[in-house]
Amino acid sequence: MGAFTRHRTSRLIIANFTGFEADLLRSLASQIVELLRNEAAVPDDSRDPFEAMMDFSGPTSEPEDPVLQRLFPTAYTEDPEAASEFRRFTEGSLRDGKAAAAIAIIDCLEEAGLPPELEEDGLMIDVELDEPTAETWMRSFTDIRLALATRLGVEEDDEEFWYTLDDDDPRARAHDIYEWVGLLQETIVEALIA
Amino acid sequence: MATVSAASPVEVDPTLTPDEITFLAKPWVTIVWNDPVNLMSYVSYVFRKYFGYSEAKADKLMLEVHNDGKSVVSTGTREEMERDVQAMHEYGLWATMEKAT
Repeated sequence: MGAFTRHRTSRLIIANFTGFEADLLRSLASQIVELLRNEAAVPDDSRDPFEAMMDFSGPTSEPEDPVLQRLFPTAYTEDPEAASEFRRFTEGSLRDGKAAAAIAIIDCLEEAGLPPELEEDGLMIDVELDEPTAETWMRSFTDIRLALATRLGVEEDDEEFWYTLDDDDPRARAHDIYEWVGLLQETIVEALIA
Repeated sequence: MATVSAASPVEVDPTLTPDEITFLAKPWVTIVWNDPVNLMSYVSYVFRKYFGYSEAKADKLMLEVHNDGKSVVSTGTREEMERDVQAMHEYGLWATMEKAT
């Protein structure tokens, strides 16, 4: 359960989730959408007020939230002006693309039978994705994992630390979810290659 | 928008080899940096899918990112590299661009 495989005859990429798992995925995807909407992409206003007013294009300064900083990295490390221009031309569409990908996960789970409020025990949600949709899920899993990892402070080779936390430590639970989405992503990559 | 700083072909020094001319005309690089989150299989998949690299080349670049902390994954004009960096950001990879050294 909760792993993707490629169906032998239909070639679709399939997975079945418990209602709880599907509800959790929907909640994670919704949080990405909220995050992308909450800190609006606002242009840097240290410029001439008239110039700033006449510019509807996009943000030119790095977002404040560390997750958004990681989702929208600075492209030019040694040229702030070029970095601002790059951000202005890309961050808006990157945000829209990431929000649309997370919404695609939510829609797909709900179309597969996930009710607005999960009440029923024993509910199973089967998803069948064509390749482009599986790619969309795969990319959005990355955004979810980057968000969780940034909030948790995940570092290279730090598995030991997480496994020594008490089970009732909220960080341990969040890290379990992070690893679970990682497993889902690993299986979706394998299914796409297959 | 960005301007192309590549030398015009008519101005190229006639003593240069074709490889050197290609290098001069493609003075920008896209760099992907290691992060503790992205899976090795995923990074390699992205290099194959987006750049059309072979499995061997994609794995080699992925291992460079993993072991050396970064790897130059593409070379080209400034506009081309801006497209590549944006695409890497779509995939959640930590990518930057700079002038080739």
